[in-house]
Amino acid sequence: MYSEKQLKRVTDLALAHSKADQTEVILIATDLALTRFANNYIHQNIAQKDTTLSIRAVVGKKVGIVSANSLESEAVRRAVETAQELARHQVENQDFRSLPVPRPISQVDGFVEATARLTPAARARMAGVVCRRAKEAGLVAAGSISRVVSRVVVANSLGLFAQHASTSAEMTALVMGDSGSGYAHRLCVDAAQMDAESVAEEAVGRARRGQNPIALPPGEYPVVLQPYAVSDILDFFGYLSFGAQAYHEGRSFMSGKLGQRAMGENIRIWDDGLSLETVPFPFDFEGVPKRRVDFILDGMAKEVCYDSYTAGKEGKESTGHALPPEFATFGPMPGHLFLGVGDAPLEDMVSRLDKGLLVTRFHYTRVVEPMRVMMTGMTRDGTFLVERGAIVAPVKNLRFTQSYLEAMNRVEAIGCDARLVRTAGGPNFVPALKIAGWNFTGATEF
Amino acid sequence: MERTQKVDLRRALDTAQARGAAYADLRVVRLRTETIVVRNGKVESLASRESHGFGVRALVKGAWGFAASSHLEPRELDRVAAQAVSLARASVRVRGQAVELGEPVSLRASYRTPVQINPFSVPLGDKVSLLLSACAEMQAVPSIRAAEASVEMVQMEKTFLSTDGSSIEQTIIETGCGLEATAVSEGEMQRRSYPNSVGRHQTTEGWEFVLRWDLSGNARRVAEEAAALLKAKPCPSEVTTIILDGSQLALQVHESCGHPIELDRVLGTEADYAGTSFLTPDKLGAFRYGSEKVNITADATVPGGLGTFGYDDEGVPAQKVPIVRDGIFVGYLTSRETAARLGQRSNGAMRAESWAHLPLIRMTNINLEPGEWTLDDLIADTNHGLYLETNRSWSIDDRRLNFQFGTEYAREIKKGKLGDLVKNATYTGMTPQFWASCDAICNRGHWIVWGTPNCGKGQPSQAAHVGHGASPARFRNVQVGLMKPS
Repeated sequence: MYSEKQLKRVTDLALAHSKADQTEVILIATDLALTRFANNYIHQNIAQKDTTLSIRAVVGKKVGIVSANSLESEAVRRAVETAQELARHQVENQDFRSLPVPRPISQVDGFVEATARLTPAARARMAGVVCRRAKEAGLVAAGSISRVVSRVVVANSLGLFAQHASTSAEMTALVMGDSGSGYAHRLCVDAAQMDAESVAEEAVGRARRGQNPIALPPGEYPVVLQPYAVSDILDFFGYLSFGAQAYHEGRSFMSGKLGQRAMGENIRIWDDGLSLETVPFPFDFEGVPKRRVDFILDGMAKEVCYDSYTAGKEGKESTGHALPPEFATFGPMPGHLFLGVGDAPLEDMVSRLDKGLLVTRFHYTRVVEPMRVMMTGMTRDGTFLVERGAIVAPVKNLRFTQSYLEAMNRVEAIGCDARLVRTAGGPNFVPALKIAGWNFTGATEF
Repeated sequence: MERTQKVDLRRALDTAQARGAAYADLRVVRLRTETIVVRNGKVESLASRESHGFGVRALVKGAWGFAASSHLEPRELDRVAAQAVSLARASVRVRGQAVELGEPVSLRASYRTPVQINPFSVPLGDKVSLLLSACAEMQAVPSIRAAEASVEMVQMEKTFLSTDGSSIEQTIIETGCGLEATAVSEGEMQRRSYPNSVGRHQTTEGWEFVLRWDLSGNARRVAEEAAALLKAKPCPSEVTTIILDGSQLALQVHESCGHPIELDRVLGTEADYAGTSFLTPDKLGAFRYGSEKVNITADATVPGGLGTFGYDDEGVPAQKVPIVRDGIFVGYLTSRETAARLGQRSNGAMRAESWAHLPLIRMTNINLEPGEWTLDDLIADTNHGLYLETNRSWSIDDRRLNFQFGTEYAREIKKGKLGDLVKNATYTGMTPQFWASCDAICNRGHWIVWGTPNCGKGQPSQAAHVGHGASPARFRNVQVGLMKPS
């Protein structure tokens, strides 16, 4: 992994070589290792190292972007010149104001040496724990253990320089029997907190309870959603609704409705890249410090997040939510979402279900109607029928077609514990939820 | 591409073998991408990306290791090759059935995508003007809140070397383009895309592809359709006959046939991510997948297909193989390792997103072979139903059985004629029953190889570029519009 000093040398070289009016340099160095297992053995074991250089050259109000993955001096100079050349072929974009000016950035410690040193042997030991526990139970395990070490540097010709090094480790276990499966997942900054035995116990336990599922007719059922499922709900609010581009184009349920009630009074959703409860990142991909953004406060739509382009266009200040350059046309989006916890232990929520479902996670969720955040998807890896407060049987997986927005108006109880989960989007810190009704519209054979 | 001398690259294989690899291969890849996105009359992205590096795969004591780096230099080749071997040795600690690769594959060959106009040679100004003009046409329609036009050009240069003795050079060129018009009214949003949704349509062709699809000439119609959808009828909830256009059918094939025939998925190695497959090996050659009208092939050789290439990332030549013949399931997509498990030879489906990724079994062009109908005749032959066009949402369970799709655009069919516009159309079903209900497929005149440049698989997730030849087809007794429980 490159040091801060080595990467600064590259940003200095690029900025010195540029003849553009404004220039931005982003360096993203990543070192990823991943051990993957299936059928109770390791079948993939990989390591990959890369460093991407992105140059944004601004000539007047014309912008050109180039990325490459060589840090050799000649390659850096060539990237700068190509970005300038692209900018000259651009047409003026009057909505572009300026690259961001430097602002103080809070220091957050997101780097743990033990994570960086999570060796192939250690990962094999962790995989071995899950495979052994599954085999002992007559089940079959699949999953992965990964660790990522990264360093991100953003510099621009207005004097901005930001850098952050981080680590994260992730473990997934999916344990299958003849007729049902169980799932467990962990995400943390410090790999020492990753307990393979507890991951195995959770997945194996759920898989055991999931055998011989019954078929349940589709319909509306009250549900308790485990944090894995709740994380998916936050992903799609973030993707569809919480960014300034969607808001100002009228594509968000929040559009024109700030200050109005959008969800139940018990719902608070915010983004906080500085929190140590997530995988922290103190600035965005323009080097702008991240600030906490409260999207939903006591059910009211409060604010959306901005990058410098949408902020400049709307006369606002960036909240530090710019995406990497290759995704910038999607507009700003949250990357560290939180759903405020309540006071209900999971067992209490289940015990209060007269007849309903306990859902572990969702699978292949997609947008049916974006304005209502109407989604379809399947349940997976542990869906259980609850009657009179007790789990009575596992259930064959069901398809739902449900507005996530409407569901957040029907939340009856919120878990007292939250868990850090990564589903499709960034890491989300989420509790379990009890929801009065969930619209299941189909069923599958297993 | 400055081809690095093979004598230097071979040292990675030598190092891997010296450290105990029974087999090793090396891929060096230079990927160049140019993307232009015009949004609401502003060029929001004019970007050029280049990525260059190499990956080494090593097999030790029947277990795999893979390592990759962006520093293509002798010492790094040695380090990465040694790392791949070391990772393989770690895999041995939790080992299952030893990997067998079957007969050695040793080829010296080259391949280059044939193009009429190299897309990188077209002046930037011409590309930008084309997109601005298309965007202006869309913006001229009231209620359009977001108008986006884009093109993407890709050039991937690959060198493959293996300890079996293969040495293969390939240059794959792709060109893609797309329009999206988003209309918004109070509390509602409708989008129309052209030629395909989810960003763009893409093929292994040159700039002639963009000219042929005539973005500017279609932009106004696309925007008008988006605006009209705001006032369209909601989709009814009923069991009816549907006709799917080719682009929607392409995604139906992708999800309900393309993924479940990936033999690595069938054998469980994707269980922890998108899941497994209902097409288990006991079904091969005997299972009725669809009606006798249904013939599906995997064809990595079809001209222009986004899944067309010369050799896969194990050095196996591109092939055309039957998957479903007269409705019966007859073939998988395979790799050397998985084919050997079934006593077969690989049909060349192993591909990696980039130098940094491990090759996996990926779709090539999974094609629904054409039938004999014209679309006009098929509509005229349908008394009651829905015509559905352009994908909007897609979801399928983790064994690829229960699916639900939504389309951007739908029209009623009444007494053999297209009727009113319908919005928010969805249809749902179970894969074998759905394909069993296919009673008519349109002819080769309607057949297009649609490009899907965003097929996700693997951990870490990889996006593959794959294709699907399809023409419109009719399906009976399909549940549409199920938004509330019945």
